[in-house]
Amino acid sequence: MANVKHKILVLSGKGGVGKSTFSAQLSFALAAMGDQVGLLDIDICGPSIPKMSGVEGQDIHQSNLGWSPVYVEPNLGVMSIGFMLPNPDEAVIWRGPRKNGLIKQFLKDVYWDKLDYLVVDAPPGTSDEHISIVQFLQATGIDGAIIVTTPQQVSLIDVRKEVSFCKKVGLPILGVVENMSGLRQPVSHFKFVRVTDKGEEKDMTEWATEYMREKAPELLDLIACTEVFDSSRGGAAMMCKEMEVPFLGKVPLDPQLCKAAEEGRSFFDDNHKCSASAPALKGIIERLLASPMLSRTEVNDDVM
Amino acid sequence: MENGGHSDVPDNANEHCPGTQSESAGKSDACQGCPNQEACATAPKGPDPDLVIIAERMANVKHKILVLSGKGGVGKSTFSAQLSFALAAMGDQVGLLDIDICGPSIPKMSGVEGQDIHQSNLGWSPVYVEPNLGVMSIGFMLPNPDEAVIWRGPRKNGLIKQFLKDVYWDKLDYLVVDAPPGTSDEHISIVQFLQATGIDGAIIVTTPQQVSLIDVRKEVSFCKKVGLPILGVVENMSGLRQPVSHFKFVRVTDKGEEKDMTEWATEYMREKAPELLDLIACTEVFDSSRGGAAMMCKEMEVPFLGKVPLDPQLCKAAEEGRSFFDDNHKCSASAPALKGIIERLLASPMLSRTEVNDDVM
Repeated sequence: MANVKHKILVLSGKGGVGKSTFSAQLSFALAAMGDQVGLLDIDICGPSIPKMSGVEGQDIHQSNLGWSPVYVEPNLGVMSIGFMLPNPDEAVIWRGPRKNGLIKQFLKDVYWDKLDYLVVDAPPGTSDEHISIVQFLQATGIDGAIIVTTPQQVSLIDVRKEVSFCKKVGLPILGVVENMSGLRQPVSHFKFVRVTDKGEEKDMTEWATEYMREKAPELLDLIACTEVFDSSRGGAAMMCKEMEVPFLGKVPLDPQLCKAAEEGRSFFDDNHKCSASAPALKGIIERLLASPMLSRTEVNDDVM
Repeated sequence: MENGGHSDVPDNANEHCPGTQSESAGKSDACQGCPNQEACATAPKGPDPDLVIIAERMANVKHKILVLSGKGGVGKSTFSAQLSFALAAMGDQVGLLDIDICGPSIPKMSGVEGQDIHQSNLGWSPVYVEPNLGVMSIGFMLPNPDEAVIWRGPRKNGLIKQFLKDVYWDKLDYLVVDAPPGTSDEHISIVQFLQATGIDGAIIVTTPQQVSLIDVRKEVSFCKKVGLPILGVVENMSGLRQPVSHFKFVRVTDKGEEKDMTEWATEYMREKAPELLDLIACTEVFDSSRGGAAMMCKEMEVPFLGKVPLDPQLCKAAEEGRSFFDDNHKCSASAPALKGIIERLLASPMLSRTEVNDDVM
């Protein structure tokens, strides 16, 4: 870790909030800015990073320097157990100690060379993997953790636990990201159905589109938004204020971003497609990079 | 990627470990210097006596259903809670056991957050949502809900075992076990602890996303490996459905500025295109062009129980711990789907067959 300038842990209390999507998109963005980036996936049971980086199915090569990360770009290397599974359908049914062993091996044996950023994507929760990664890396310094959540109350409850974990183990919190913060999609992208009294459904999409073109064309230029997950209690922003941790921003539920993520593409490259979410992601990354906790470590490196 | 050939060889054991249950455990030459040497030499061998106690507790439980998911955040706990509400509404005696130690959602989703667990001479008492629906979770035991439960595997296993040994469920028609996502300690343990008394099977919850489906395949593989029948797969968040009248509308200018147009749009529709307001707008959200869970179930030859749409009203009901049944008029987008799934589940041959066994026993 001697030549790794910054280490960022990406956590979530709850699963399925878009943590790996965020880790991958953050890594793409940092690499696009010219930084040397390593993306380490320590989710042993559900390793999503190979797919989300667009390098699914590749193998890990070894050299005398150690294990070689899989390079998405010359300046973006990825490591995950996902590359080591002979059969992707095969479940990795390991108890804690064995998972810890592999995480340690990732840190000992992978040859990252010089990195500006090491982004570590953790599984959800606060268990073996989280205790271990902090134990293993704390001596070399972890800049901090980003916690990803959705507006749902059950997610926010788990974020609080995650914040509590960070404080307990002395891990600075770089900030919280609220994902799936409402669905935003152009009106023209929706389908429409009518449900009869008998409960039967009739697809009215063609009819509705024609109807709008004729009678109400200005509707088709609008973007329709809906909350999906109730955030009447203030969502993550309110919670961050209460817990005195930085709030990095909200990312809306954007079907184009979901698609880009599944296909392992950066929201940057498809800027014109992820129109509903790209500005939000950009803003969050800008706020992150402006964090005093990230620059301060750089000073320490110089001193050392 | 399992432990060698022996399931009782610990990860940190020496080479040529004879196995922790072997007569020579802790005493053979290969054991010298092994961190487990002392434990193996002194620990009792043979079957776990706790399993006998668990069997006694489970003797009056007719059906046990495990609710699993490969990926987190797919709505597994929401489904477990709603399933339990539905079964209880049909008159069955239901127990809902939450074995997610790090992220226990069940108390909130059952509407009994913040309650305490009481003990009697019969054991720990579940928290009763209804007289016929009892819930148990670590959530009730945390003095401060913001406090993280930062436990390694063995400690989690210990609590799960305690839930099975010490909780007095009395007679149950159904024990629904809500697991955390994945295939690790909690899953291995619950299967080990309950298998002797018979688990009817597992329901696997997913979303249409490919990353979810990949993890479902792993979950199916886990079930097959440990001999757990698969009752079926539920595809949750299968598209958003919401009445047009519930949406907000914005216009985004070329400069990237946003203007809320909701009032204007509503008036505009009322005047020019009123029939739109009667329609339900649908969007896929998570691309399911490859067939989603239904296609995957066909390929893997496991039953597909159905799809539940992303319904903001269901999300709200779930967060408030209410049954979709009671709010039928509100969860209009999702209630029919949930009902259909539960009907298909109860019609499963795997559920009725076990009942026959119980009679025979």
